[in-house]
Amino acid sequence: MEITKNKTYWKGLEELSNDTEFVKNASNEFPEYLPINQNNNGESEDYLTHRRDFLKMVGFGVAAVSLAACETPVKKAIPYLNKPEDIDPSIPNYYASTYAEAGDYASILVKTKDGRPIKIEGNKLSSLTEGTLGAKVQASILNLYDTTRLASPTRKGKEASWSEIDAEIVSRLKAMSAAGEGIRMVTNSILSPSVKQAIAEFKAAYPGSEQVCYDAISISGLLDANNSNFGIRAVPHYDFSKAEAVVTLDADFLGTWIAPEMYSRQFSKTRKLGKDKKTMSRLFAFESILSTTGASADHRTAIKPSQLGGAAIALYNEIAKGTGNATLSGGADVKLIKEAAQDMLAARGKSIVVCGSNDQRIQLLINQINQMLGNYGTTIDLTRASYFRQGNDQSVKQLVADLKSGAVKGLIFYNCNPAYDSAFASEFSSAVSKLKLSVSISDRTDETAGLCEFVCPDHHYLESWSDAEPVKGFLSLGQPTISPIFKTRQALESLLKWSGSTADADDYIKSVWQKNYFTQQSAYLTFTEFWNATLHDGVFTYSTQESPAFTAVDLNSAASGIAASYKSSNQLEYRLYEKIAIGDGRYANNPWLQEMPDPISKACWDNYAAISKSTALGLGLKDGDMVNVSVSGKEALELPVLVQPGQPTGVVAIALGYGRTAAGKCGNQIGKNAYPLLRVEADGVVVNYGVVAELKASGNNRALAQTQTHHTIMGRAIVQESTLKEYKQDPKAGRFYPKVATYEGAKKPVEISLWDEYQRKNHNWGMVIDLNSCTGCGACTIACQVENNVPVVGRQEVINRREMHWIRIDRYYSSDANENDLKGLEEASENPEVVFQPLMCQHCNHAPCETVCPVLATTHSSEGLNQMTYNRCIGTRYCANNCPYKVRRFNWFKYHNNVQFADVNTAMNNDLGKMVLNPDVTVRSRGVMEKCTFCVQRIQEGKLTAKKEKRRPVDGEINTACASSCPSEAIVFGDLNDPKSKVAQLLSMEYYEDGSKAAKEDRAYHVLEEINVQPNVYYLTKIRNKKA
Amino acid sequence: MQVTSSVRPPLVTGGKTAHDVTNDICKQIEGKPTKLWFFALTISLLLLSFGVYTLAITWWEGIGVWGLNKTVGWAWDITNFVWWVGIGHAGTLISAILLLFRQKWRTSINRAAEAMTIFAVLCAGSFILMHMGRTWLAHWALPLPNTYGSLWVNFNSPLVWDVFAISTYLSVSLVFWYIGLIPDLATIRERATKPIPRAIYGALSFGWVGSAKHWSRYETVSLILAGLSTPLVLSVHTIVSFDFATSVIPGWHTTIFPPYFVAGAIFSGFAMVLTLMLVTRATFNLQDYITLEHIDSMNKVIMLTGSIVGIAYITEFFIAWYSGVEYEQYAFINRAFGPYSWAYWTMMTCNVISPQLFWFSKIRRNIAATFIISIIVNIGMWFERFVIIVTSLHRDYIPSSWAMFYPTLYDVGDYIFSFGFFFTCFFLFAKFLPVINMAEVKAIIKSSSENVAQKVKH
Repeated sequence: MEITKNKTYWKGLEELSNDTEFVKNASNEFPEYLPINQNNNGESEDYLTHRRDFLKMVGFGVAAVSLAACETPVKKAIPYLNKPEDIDPSIPNYYASTYAEAGDYASILVKTKDGRPIKIEGNKLSSLTEGTLGAKVQASILNLYDTTRLASPTRKGKEASWSEIDAEIVSRLKAMSAAGEGIRMVTNSILSPSVKQAIAEFKAAYPGSEQVCYDAISISGLLDANNSNFGIRAVPHYDFSKAEAVVTLDADFLGTWIAPEMYSRQFSKTRKLGKDKKTMSRLFAFESILSTTGASADHRTAIKPSQLGGAAIALYNEIAKGTGNATLSGGADVKLIKEAAQDMLAARGKSIVVCGSNDQRIQLLINQINQMLGNYGTTIDLTRASYFRQGNDQSVKQLVADLKSGAVKGLIFYNCNPAYDSAFASEFSSAVSKLKLSVSISDRTDETAGLCEFVCPDHHYLESWSDAEPVKGFLSLGQPTISPIFKTRQALESLLKWSGSTADADDYIKSVWQKNYFTQQSAYLTFTEFWNATLHDGVFTYSTQESPAFTAVDLNSAASGIAASYKSSNQLEYRLYEKIAIGDGRYANNPWLQEMPDPISKACWDNYAAISKSTALGLGLKDGDMVNVSVSGKEALELPVLVQPGQPTGVVAIALGYGRTAAGKCGNQIGKNAYPLLRVEADGVVVNYGVVAELKASGNNRALAQTQTHHTIMGRAIVQESTLKEYKQDPKAGRFYPKVATYEGAKKPVEISLWDEYQRKNHNWGMVIDLNSCTGCGACTIACQVENNVPVVGRQEVINRREMHWIRIDRYYSSDANENDLKGLEEASENPEVVFQPLMCQHCNHAPCETVCPVLATTHSSEGLNQMTYNRCIGTRYCANNCPYKVRRFNWFKYHNNVQFADVNTAMNNDLGKMVLNPDVTVRSRGVMEKCTFCVQRIQEGKLTAKKEKRRPVDGEINTACASSCPSEAIVFGDLNDPKSKVAQLLSMEYYEDGSKAAKEDRAYHVLEEINVQPNVYYLTKIRNKKA
Repeated sequence: MQVTSSVRPPLVTGGKTAHDVTNDICKQIEGKPTKLWFFALTISLLLLSFGVYTLAITWWEGIGVWGLNKTVGWAWDITNFVWWVGIGHAGTLISAILLLFRQKWRTSINRAAEAMTIFAVLCAGSFILMHMGRTWLAHWALPLPNTYGSLWVNFNSPLVWDVFAISTYLSVSLVFWYIGLIPDLATIRERATKPIPRAIYGALSFGWVGSAKHWSRYETVSLILAGLSTPLVLSVHTIVSFDFATSVIPGWHTTIFPPYFVAGAIFSGFAMVLTLMLVTRATFNLQDYITLEHIDSMNKVIMLTGSIVGIAYITEFFIAWYSGVEYEQYAFINRAFGPYSWAYWTMMTCNVISPQLFWFSKIRRNIAATFIISIIVNIGMWFERFVIIVTSLHRDYIPSSWAMFYPTLYDVGDYIFSFGFFFTCFFLFAKFLPVINMAEVKAIIKSSSENVAQKVKH
């Protein structure tokens, strides 16, 4: 119904009568004039600012100012004008590449996001490395974002242009070459065939120039011995996976010796046990430090470095006796040598003897032992010569002599630092300034580069094209994954330029490959196809036909030489060794590596004098006491003492690679430089041990930064272990089955619970850790650190017990004490058995941390993950206290953008360093708890990929950083609900109709089963293959 | 009128009349502050300023400035929290349970004890805030409506129970204390000669005129609040003990904790009341109101609760052995003989041995001895919490994580902050509010003063 307006109201009679005055003002809001614009005198002043305007202005001003203050500044976020096809901000790209530095090698996959490399994974396509890579390789990505790197070439410490430097270098090279003055290119081991060829071209371009190759940790003796026996100066290709019996004489092949990750993978295959495999290799270690290899050995004897020769002869004689060969004179009485020899003889053709000595005579003995045992051609392969180490002690000695005599006037240091890491550091230091030409290609002004007139910084390897031939027939290609950050130039290009070529690295490598390797295959018809396929895979193999014959040499003179050099004495000796993380000290400025605890001592940020307990007691020393290690003819080193179980009595072990002075802010003056203690014998052989003249307390004290300070397991069933013999009889051997007493009798802890069981119907992520395979190498710790943006906290904070590693590897020594003697159990044995136990968040299904959080910041997912919501955390730390495994980590300080941590936590404190951060993982703020997430970002990514492709995730597709980096495959991750997954197989998982499941593998156990927190991480018992 | 037996010693001595009571107590408020008071307040303020400085650094830098680590996540922070909460308990016990049990000797001490409760609970609360990594988000521990969907607090968490327990405790104690103050505030208002004090005390006294209706309501409210507070005396520290008892950590996971903590709380609370009252008594000349009888009674409570605590310590050891649980056994052996054994034996000496001295009447009635033992008991009770928290955490299940805790300047400074705050509050209270409940003391003069006793005798 329409409402019609039929009434009219008037404002007054005026409206009705349409009064003229009314009509005039009817359209105005106010019928009368309002004196708004009048001043006090009634004058209108339109040109003045008035009360209302003033208020408007004030109001606007306040609003504008506060709005301006509120606004977040936008930081250079520039969208692509045309988005590159292969770059999607949230989707990473992987490129196959090559890590080959100073003879260390890994075939790698580089994960890039937004055009920057953020993580290095192993390349599983490589049949050589099988996707293994160690902590150093994992961490090397941070070197790319190191602000210490030179941003441009320098001359006499001042920035210079490439053209100017090139012109000067070339003119001097020409002049020197014409004048017949020697030019030497000093290098570490070079794996790249292209670089080798470029060096050859360089030598051809400048007659009188030579290459001198040295390794900071020299194995020159081994190479020379192989040269004598086989005519090939190379390391043979060992295959530990075929060995049933292994003996190592001071070679830490699982930790630092030559290609440890590769060897670890091979060795681990012989250590796996299961329903169908009840055999294991047996490893005997005779060593003068407690190494990771010794820690993984079934039997270990600690020997002094001076006993090594005697031990080698003794072993030789035992094998010779057993194989009907002539014995040698000499030989020390070393414990377990006979037993080791028996093993070897029983496994002829399936055994390996390796030795870490740099003494050619000992290595000749070892070669002969392997020959007598028939190991060549089976476990040791010289048709596949490896080039991991090529250094030649004699040629370095010759170079030093030539420098002194003035025969050599020019030095080019190709990615090496002999003024720091060689036995002739001081000779190099004093010689360089007198040279006519000194060039370093180092990426920073290191100890050597600082002395050189020209520094022509190399690209980081992730910025470069590269290739490598680590083992004959195994080739590897590397490609840049980021455009050069600084005005650096790839060393290969510099060499080419100086040799007169204008080729760039890419083309040059292509040409080398076209000439040398394209012809070795028949799968691809054109070079482009071959190149693209190889670049995609990263690796290429071809077969070689050479099989060098063994030529026996007379060992009697070697034996008498050994007997003369290795005499048992009661003198205190020192032994220099390298740590897994720091190695030769090349990466000393890498905070991840500095903070990575040594697998054995659990110490980081320092080197120290490791001595045995009896030595310490004899000298009245304890942990942290500073001692002066005096060696005759050398400057005394002041180092803190670390009492190291398993260390032979009377031996001081000191790590090399510390005490850098020009590594960068993070790495300088960390520890003391032990390189000056390297001895050079008359024949040029560099020896890593010697006699300590005096070891005297200096009266000072220095706290050691150790991530673990209690070293024994206190008789607790946290690590469950047995022997192979017992295991064969009963697969449950060594297992501990806790029972809880109730009024209904003893019950399994699982049967008593306060909580209702959760159904994890879809996935149930879990992990299996094989204690038998873990060598403690620490690759997982670094992989996790890179993947999950785990901060570095620095030395003092480690001393304060606040390192942030999400995964730690607990190392326990056995104790001789009775299980009821609690004080006695705190003391490790003099020569302990060692176990490693990687421990991260156990993702308990009945998690004690979850119930106590007041704000529900830590909760359980429907897939069995214990999740941490950083945003919700208020930092009460109750969860960490209530965690029985103590795997939660608290952000005590703000570790990012904080001057206090700027030098140590470089990945979070400068714009360059931050480029390494994983954008999928939050950088945690101060005051929140964090911990292992089972790499939930990877799980999520894998699930989404599968979902997009409308399928279930495939086992192995989703993997945590730790598991994927483990060289010995000790850590396996997967879906426990998937019967086909590797974890389910390892656990012999049985599934029941009610949706529950149980691990039936007898070796599988949970740590702390008695408190029934029901972790999703299972451990497999440690089994030692002890001789009965 | 109820007349107390002459056998019972008088509770107010010196032949005080109701007028004397008013005069004696109000004198402190109306007069100029003494030099001694200024001196004491200055010391307190100095402590407070140092504490504020260290606290500011703590909050600015993060609690990394403390000595905590990945193994020992709580140490001085929660030790101090539990210690202060425990101290608070005496006030509630005196004002609530003793009221219900008609213990008249409570009247002279309940005011100061209640004030102490409030200040102590505030100190305790400050440690709750302090120990959080992100204090500025402390309100997330409250079940507040929010915009995060159905995000609530975790009602399973003992820390949430703590939040409820402590906030309830603080509000009930505050109301109880204030209701009790109203008649006395009115008295001061009536006596005030200057307009400003008169106005202030007038406003504070809520228009109290002392009518029969007022008194009737006063007593009803007091009874109701006493009824409310009584379970709190037991529940608050029970809940605090749940922080530990419901965990899985050996040495924490103990069913004996609730009674043991409550006894310990009363033990330390009474000791703190004694410490404070002995000082107040001497400085304000209140010997006639806080007599040896009071001190004697309180010492008896200390002796009793001290003995309960001692038995609890021994029971814990017995149960650790009897349980057969390896980890728990180690936790206790480690307490007594491990690296923190000095703390354990300090605790045992202070808490178990020292209160046993009160079996002797001479020691119970000796002011100096009482004062010394009251302080020893509080040292012991601080160590009790330290021992429980730190020695259990520092060596729990996995030996690789075993670590030591070493306090830093900021651990100490933040503890000093709580002392500075507590004593500043207490001295301001002692100056500006009646330290003894005048109204209630007057109520017992008739029945329990010396005069009455004399009269009855003759």
